[in-house]
Amino acid sequence: MRAYFSYVCKRLAQFVLVVFIGINLTYIITHATPIDPVEQSISAVTAFGSTAPESIAEMRRSLQELYGLQGSWFEQYVSFWKRIVRADFGPSLSAFPAPVSSLIARALPWTLGLLVFATVVSWVLGNLLGGLAGYYRKNMGLKVVGVIAMGLHPVPYYIVALVLMIIFGFIWPVLPITGGSAMNLEHGWNWPFIVSVLKHSVLPALSLVLIGVGSWFLGMRSLVSNIVTEDHVVYAEVAGVDSRRILGSYVIRNALAPQVTGLAMSLGGIFNGAVITEKVFGYPGMGSLLVDGVYAGDYGLVLGVTTISIIGVSLGVLVIDLLYPLIDPRIQVPS
Amino acid sequence: MTAILRDLLRYNGEFRIGLLLIMAVAVMSGLSFFSPYPPNDVYVVAPDVPPGAAHWFGTTSRGQDVFWQLTFAIRNTLAFGLIVAVLSRIVSLAVGLTAGYLGGWVDRVLMAINDTFIVIPLFPILILFYFVLRDSMSTLLLAVIMASLGWAYDARLIRSIAMSLKTREFTETSIFSGMTTREILMREHLPYVMPVVFSTTLNNMNWSIGLEVTLAVLGFMDINTPTIGGMIYWANQHTAIVAGVWWWITFPILLVVMTFVGLYLLSVSMNEYIDPRSRLARMGGGAQ
Repeated sequence: MRAYFSYVCKRLAQFVLVVFIGINLTYIITHATPIDPVEQSISAVTAFGSTAPESIAEMRRSLQELYGLQGSWFEQYVSFWKRIVRADFGPSLSAFPAPVSSLIARALPWTLGLLVFATVVSWVLGNLLGGLAGYYRKNMGLKVVGVIAMGLHPVPYYIVALVLMIIFGFIWPVLPITGGSAMNLEHGWNWPFIVSVLKHSVLPALSLVLIGVGSWFLGMRSLVSNIVTEDHVVYAEVAGVDSRRILGSYVIRNALAPQVTGLAMSLGGIFNGAVITEKVFGYPGMGSLLVDGVYAGDYGLVLGVTTISIIGVSLGVLVIDLLYPLIDPRIQVPS
Repeated sequence: MTAILRDLLRYNGEFRIGLLLIMAVAVMSGLSFFSPYPPNDVYVVAPDVPPGAAHWFGTTSRGQDVFWQLTFAIRNTLAFGLIVAVLSRIVSLAVGLTAGYLGGWVDRVLMAINDTFIVIPLFPILILFYFVLRDSMSTLLLAVIMASLGWAYDARLIRSIAMSLKTREFTETSIFSGMTTREILMREHLPYVMPVVFSTTLNNMNWSIGLEVTLAVLGFMDINTPTIGGMIYWANQHTAIVAGVWWWITFPILLVVMTFVGLYLLSVSMNEYIDPRSRLARMGGGAQ
């Protein structure tokens, strides 16, 4: 138990460090660069039509207050952290006067649902197929899956999403290619809305799953094909243990531990993919919010989404890390 | 070197396919030096011509020849990937070798930072960079930024090799013969990690090219330098698919997918070659 406790402490410390470095990175990017977000916002607002110089000066003052850009750099740094702790990123410029935090709160469930679903499906499916492919190496069907995985895995999310969109949007238009649900439905727990949401999420989820399955498949297959040559597996085979039991309890069980670590390590990358996929399919999640925020020159929104993504992904990694001892009991033994 | 290449060519189908794909891509980028049209000029040929004898891959709605435009695009994209890979290799070698050899608190501090960079979602951070830099964001600057963010995964790999090298006898011999830490790392350990560095270079190129394409397609980059992502960006801007100008978007996608799959296959077969167990299995000998 003590070993598990120290493991948890170590993971928690790592989580705090990730958030700390991540937030500092965003602070440095937004404050140490020569470009001033206030001037950016002003030029975005005054790009069309003329504005009186007095009102521009007024706007500059209020924006500086809004973004916490007043006072010495230390005061700015402290107020930056205060605002993040309170999840207060000010009002959004592009959806004025809605606060950024409420925009994020609206987008977060979409991203979370898509991400969790796609990650779980591709992880389970990829590991299952990969384990089988590593164990039954002569199987033709699994070999074909391997070739497809090799062709799909290295392709970036954007390209896969775009190709799916072209196929299902223009060549064979059976699925909705944009939005999170049909426009004319009431949001809530009613049947037509749920069906519409599911239908709209097929393509974004599919493009995430296609790439995800490939990478877990390839990783699991090579792990398993190394494990099957190990002595304990050979011994079990010689002893006449049922081959399904060897595969399930002796081979895949051993290979799962590195795959769980792999999941924790690649969560950031999967999140990147979800962001891009959302934008391609106009899915109303964090990714679309982020990209639209950049197009609209909305400083608070971009900063808010970036910060929340860093915290969210680190939280996800922490959860996986804390579940890890369930898969690999060796962690409880002090090293 | 030639013996390794011969073995790989003889025994490894993935290597053959990968090499073929990458050679085709390299020839394509080499052709850019013979292009009849300058890369940034528009309306030099008739717009929207379908693929045919005069223009192999057709022409764009901006009056550019897709084939010759692609040669520039793939050259810039490959160069970008190479710059990021080389720069980030330097960081990951420095961090990995130092952490693995020194161990102790240096290792703990370096790996804590390292793991942070593995976990952090880089895409929003890159977008934030673009958001504050806007027009000052050049391709070279983006390469430097991505190199300083994308070294962590491979540094961990190099560290694990360095840790095992540390316990080998020759390391002790070098210490007793009075070599400094820097000399041991540079002269004794570096050659051992070079094969892994090489295969991670290919993976890192895939990673950086993928991000570059994505950023450029969204318009979050210097879109006036022709790159693969930039081409897709302009095709999207002109709604090429809806307008029926499918060749404008299909050929860049095909070429960049060839690049990805080629680089990936090369790195996979290289990894397999580095590991003597799988190498022997492939050659039909050893413990199977």
